[in-house]
Amino acid sequence: MLRYILQRLGQTLLVLLIVSFLTYLLVDFLPGDPIAAMTGGEISGETYERLYREMNMDKPVLIRYFLWLKDALTGNLGMSQSYHRRVVDIIGERVPVTLYLSLLAFVISVPLGIIFGIISAVRRGSAADTAVTLTANICCCLPQFWLGILFMYIFAMKLGWLPSSGFVWPHEDFVMSIRQTIMPLLCLAIGGIASITRQTRSSMLEVIRQDYIRTARSKGLKSKKVIYVHALKNALLPVITLMGLRLGGMIGGSVFVENVFVIPGMGSLLVNAITSVDIPLIQGCVLLIAVFSCVVNLITDIVYVYVDPRIKVS
Amino acid sequence: MSQANVTADQANALIKANKAKKRRQFFKALFSRKIVLVSACIVMLIILVAVFAYQIMPFDPNKPAVRERNQGPSATHLLGTDEYGRDVLSRIIIGSRVSLIVGVLAVIIACIIGTTLGMLAGFFGGFIDDLISRVAEAIRVIPQVVLAIALCAVFGGGIVNMSLILGISNMTVYIRMMRSQVMSIKERDYIMAGRLQGNSNGRLMLRHILPNSVSPIIVTMTQQIGGTILAEAGLSFLGLGISTPTASWGTLVSGGRAYLLTNPVYSIAPGVCIALLVICLNSLGDGVRDALDPRLRGEL
Repeated sequence: MLRYILQRLGQTLLVLLIVSFLTYLLVDFLPGDPIAAMTGGEISGETYERLYREMNMDKPVLIRYFLWLKDALTGNLGMSQSYHRRVVDIIGERVPVTLYLSLLAFVISVPLGIIFGIISAVRRGSAADTAVTLTANICCCLPQFWLGILFMYIFAMKLGWLPSSGFVWPHEDFVMSIRQTIMPLLCLAIGGIASITRQTRSSMLEVIRQDYIRTARSKGLKSKKVIYVHALKNALLPVITLMGLRLGGMIGGSVFVENVFVIPGMGSLLVNAITSVDIPLIQGCVLLIAVFSCVVNLITDIVYVYVDPRIKVS
Repeated sequence: MSQANVTADQANALIKANKAKKRRQFFKALFSRKIVLVSACIVMLIILVAVFAYQIMPFDPNKPAVRERNQGPSATHLLGTDEYGRDVLSRIIIGSRVSLIVGVLAVIIACIIGTTLGMLAGFFGGFIDDLISRVAEAIRVIPQVVLAIALCAVFGGGIVNMSLILGISNMTVYIRMMRSQVMSIKERDYIMAGRLQGNSNGRLMLRHILPNSVSPIIVTMTQQIGGTILAEAGLSFLGLGISTPTASWGTLVSGGRAYLLTNPVYSIAPGVCIALLVICLNSLGDGVRDALDPRLRGEL
C-alpha cells in the first residue's frame, strides 16, 4: 500500500515537472517581445540591454526554465505586468472565490446526481427514467455561458429577483452574497448534476446485471437492501473517479460563469492574463491549475484504493 | 489456374457481401432508436443550412445598416438586428459553418496526431512509450478549457488555428485509447504471421493494426465532436476564438449580451443553435457507439 502511494507520488512529481516545463515553453512561444510588453516599448537601447540580461533572456531556454522553476518553488512567480503586483498575491486573492463557488456547486451536484441516477437506473424504461435521462442528456450539452445569460435575462432583467452580476463574501454582506451566488451556482451545478446522473445510472445498470446481485436477490434479500447496500457500493466507484475529475478541474472550470457574472475568480484572471499577454501571470495561473488538478488526481487514486479493496490485491 | 481465380473471385464477392451486410446491420441498429434518427435528421438539416448558407440567408451577414441597428424581431428581420444593423438570422446561418468546420477539423486533427502517437507508444513500448505517455498525462492534467485558452494565446484565433488548438487539447484521448488497443492487438497471431512474412513495422501498423482499431476510433470521434463544438463556442464567447467580423455562434451570444433588454433573441437564439447541434451530435454519437458495440447488438 505504502509502495503504491509512493509510486503514485513519484509519477505525480514527474508529471508536474513536465507540466511546468510545458507551461514555460508555451509562454516562450508567445508572439511578441516580453520586454516591450512589460515596459510599453518606450525605452532606450541601454535599458533594453539591461532588462534583457536581468530577465535572463540571453540564456538558453533550459537554464531559464530552471531559474524560473527555482523561483516558483520558493513561491516567487514574478511580477504581473498588467496588475503591477506579485503574481502570488493576485492568485491568492482569486483562488478562494473560485473554490468557494465551485465547492458549493460540487456539494449540491453530487447527492442530487447520485439520487437521480439511482432512480432512473432502478426504474429503467419507466417514464421517470426517460424524463431523467433525457433531461440529463440535454443539460450536459447546454453551453454554460449561454445558460448564464439566459438566467440573467430571466431572473435579473425580466423578473428582477436577483442582482445580475458581482460577488461579495457572505461575511461582508450575507443576504447580498446569497442572492448573487444563486445564478452562478445553478449554472455550475446543472452540468455536474447531469454528468453525475449519467455516470451513476450507467454504472448502476452495469452492476445490477452481475451475478452477485442475482445471488443477493435469490437468497431473499429485500430489493431495497440489494440496491442500496450491495449494488450502490460498487456502482459508486466510477462516480468517485468522475468526482475526482470534476474537483480537479474546478479551478479552471468556472471560466464562463465568472465571465458572465463578473466574478473576480481564477477563470476571469486567466482570461485577463491571456488578453493582456501578461506572461508571468499566465505561467502562474496555468501552473497552479495544473498542480491543483494533479494533487486532486493523486488523492482520488489513493482514496480509490481504500474504497475498493480489489485494487489492493492486484 | 482458372479455377483458382474463380474461387478467389468468389471469396472476394463473399467478403464484399459480408461487408455490405455488416454495413446494413450497422445502419439498422443505428436508426432503430427514434431519438437517434431524429438527431441524425437535425444534424443533416444543419449541415444543409451550412452548405447552402448563401442561398438561404435573407441578408448579407456582414453588411452594416446604420439605420436598422438593434431592432427586435420583425417580419423583415426575423431575429432582429445587431449593433451594426446586421441581420441576426443571417449571421446565425453563416455561423453554422464555423461550428461545423472547426468541430470536424479539430476532431480529425486530434485523431491523426493522437492515433499516430498512441500507435507508436503501444507498438514500440519502452522509452518511446514512457515519453509519449508521460507527456500525454501532463497535457491531460491541465483542464481542457484552461489548456485551450492558454493555447489561444500562442496560436491566436481564426478557424484553422482554433481547429489546431482544440485538436491538440483533445488528442490525449486518442493516445490512451490507441495505446491500449495496439497493445492488445499486437499479441494476436495474425500480427505474428504478418511479422514472419517479413512485413516492416510501418506496414504492420498501417495495414494490420490500424484497420482493426477503426471502430473505437470512430466511436471516439463521434463522441468528441459535440464537445469540441461546445469548446469552440466557449472560446469565441470569451473573445479568444473566432474574431469579428466573422460570425460564430459563440461570438453572437457574447455580442448580444449588451442588448439583452432591447433584443434578447440576439443572444439567446445562437445559444439554442449550439445546444441543439451538440445535443443531436452527442445522441448520434451514443447511437454509433451502441451500434458498433457487438455486445449490445446481440452478436456475442
